Amino acid sequence: MNSKISDFIKRFHEDRESYSNVLETLLSSLIMISETAAPTFREHNRARCLVNRYMSSNLLNCYVDELGNALGIIPGKSDRNILLVAHLDTFFDEKVDHTVTILPDLVKGAAVADDSLGLAALATLPYILETYGIEPEANIILMGSARSLGRGDLEGLRFFLDNFKKPITAGVCIEGVKLGRLSYSSIGMLRGEINYRVPESYDWTKFNSEGAIINMNDLINRILEIPTPSKPKTSIVLGSIEAGTSYNTIPTRAKLKFEIRSESDQLVEDIAHKIESLTQEMTSLSGAHVEFKHLARRSPGGTDFSHPLNLIGREILTDLKINTRLTPSTSELAAFIDKAIPAVTIGLTDGENMGEEDESIQIQPIKKGLSLLVGLILAIDGGYTFDN
Amino acid sequence: MTTNEWIKTNTYHRSDFEDLQTLVNEKEKRGLTISLCIPTLNEAKTIGKEVVIFKSELMNRFPLLDEFAVIDSGSEDNTLEIASSFGADTYLASEILPNLDEKRGKGENLWKAIYQLKGDIIVYIDADIKNIHPRFVYGLIGPLIYRDEVKYVKAFYDRPLAFSEGVRPSGGGRVTEILTRPLFSLFFPELAAIIQPLSGEYAVRREVLERISFPIGYGVETSHLLDVYHELGMSAFAQTDLDQRVHRNQETRSLGKMSFGILQTFLNRMKTYGLMNDMPDINTVLHQFQVRENQFEMVDQNIIEYERPPMITIPEYREKFSRDEKSQNTGKNKEK
Repeated sequence: MNSKISDFIKRFHEDRESYSNVLETLLSSLIMISETAAPTFREHNRARCLVNRYMSSNLLNCYVDELGNALGIIPGKSDRNILLVAHLDTFFDEKVDHTVTILPDLVKGAAVADDSLGLAALATLPYILETYGIEPEANIILMGSARSLGRGDLEGLRFFLDNFKKPITAGVCIEGVKLGRLSYSSIGMLRGEINYRVPESYDWTKFNSEGAIINMNDLINRILEIPTPSKPKTSIVLGSIEAGTSYNTIPTRAKLKFEIRSESDQLVEDIAHKIESLTQEMTSLSGAHVEFKHLARRSPGGTDFSHPLNLIGREILTDLKINTRLTPSTSELAAFIDKAIPAVTIGLTDGENMGEEDESIQIQPIKKGLSLLVGLILAIDGGYTFDN
Repeated sequence: MTTNEWIKTNTYHRSDFEDLQTLVNEKEKRGLTISLCIPTLNEAKTIGKEVVIFKSELMNRFPLLDEFAVIDSGSEDNTLEIASSFGADTYLASEILPNLDEKRGKGENLWKAIYQLKGDIIVYIDADIKNIHPRFVYGLIGPLIYRDEVKYVKAFYDRPLAFSEGVRPSGGGRVTEILTRPLFSLFFPELAAIIQPLSGEYAVRREVLERISFPIGYGVETSHLLDVYHELGMSAFAQTDLDQRVHRNQETRSLGKMSFGILQTFLNRMKTYGLMNDMPDINTVLHQFQVRENQFEMVDQNIIEYERPPMITIPEYREKFSRDEKSQNTGKNKEK
């Protein structure tokens, strides 16, 4: 591994006092960011909070762009541009208690891992570089991306990549969890919703008029009968279901949220068609409106296992004595892949209760997560990750 | 100065001081030192966050605070261990000035902070704030840094979650609006301009703190306002809107105890100032009720608002801060 990277990792781990200040700065940002609610399409307050953090580090071009992305630039001297991304939005709306609790070994609170820790790392990076005397040649673009999750479909990052006037050398997508993750490829994905709605004029005496939950249950059973081969790897994830209000009221509405994932783009397409046919069949059988909505789509792609960026990522993880977990991604990485920009997704620490209001992250492993992040920046900046 | 004029000139918003680098520069220019005290009793859920925020933002990034300490009344939930693990200086109140008889209460911790901490200004922040932010400190320090005549800055919180336009009510919590403000309006109308007289967040110059006595219980904020007003008048006060504060809500019964303590302190002050010379000795037992198996029964609680004397009267303090014996005579409030 390049000596510049190993020197940094050594200093980062040996100088306890400097790291203690880095950790305090990171946790402080994490608290302020986490406690600012940012449901998808309403990320503005969190974007302002992040930009204020950039500004207090004297970064250039700190602003919230027209799509709501929070941007700041650590200026370099070369033409290279490294884009670091963490997503601003969360699945929690403003009514959820966003209070964070900090204990000696962990931080607990809604979305602390996904992706407030990634955003806090962005906010802390200028301080880390300054503390350890690192002056990258490349411009480091820090981006809290808006409209990433669910219906957002990576809109913020795609907007930036479509409109930024200079070439992006490489990208790093920062997720809170899990340390050791190294994603460099995207699998094919289709994200959709099935909405079941009984019309006002519905005839409740009609055969099969059991209501939304039972009919949706039938539909789910039919979806689960769709073959999903193990090669190419394919799965249908049923992520969320909403229906009903009471014990004894027949529900008239139901919503199923799902994702089809496959290494084969054609299989994603085929399964989507099958599910859509099932919804049409349900409409004709039940007399209810059953609607299939296609919300987001990813095509498989990415860099090769042997790409220098991936190679150096694995080397740094090995040096940090962390087992590398090579998992495909369907998140921000997909936007880089669509633009043929080499990029990886990394995790900064370990956590529990992901996606719940009491999501938690461990504090101690963050040191290695930050080492990996800065190590990758040094590698890209030094030109060691160019694919010749 | 009329009350409305005072409100106009001595009421701030925390955003008036959010340029922290400028605030730090001004503090250094004036050669001021600033200490922060967080009094605690079983605050494990929130203390870690307060320590991290204040240490990182107001000591490392912008050195507005010269020191800060967590002073605890004997927590049983690892409050001190958590605070210490994030680098705070931690103390048990009983270990500060150990030769004095032991008292337990928030006011005791605040009083002992005057001895333990070195700053020219001491900021007190409650430990139960769920939405802690650096503004809770810099908003209070700002007026003291910029205006020498201001000695005591009190927090208030005025950020409605939803409001259309025009006139809307503003003020404090239930005890403030039902007890404290009516009392102030009756006897010290100027003090009614302090929007949240009972808020637990304030910043005070040492020269003032060392000369006022401290009830160790519920009456400490009320007695401060009365004593500083009595000695220095309204021009010594300022108040800062710190936006929203999210904290635990208290039950009505607890507010009854708080009101009882505040009222004791208030009446004692009236007597001390010679405004109520014929007042009989007041009772210290609060009667409240509960129902057990459809029978009403009285619940009595003895609430004595013991007061610590002005710190300047304590020999150890005078020695530590090089105050000569004569200086204590200017402290007007003697031990009750």
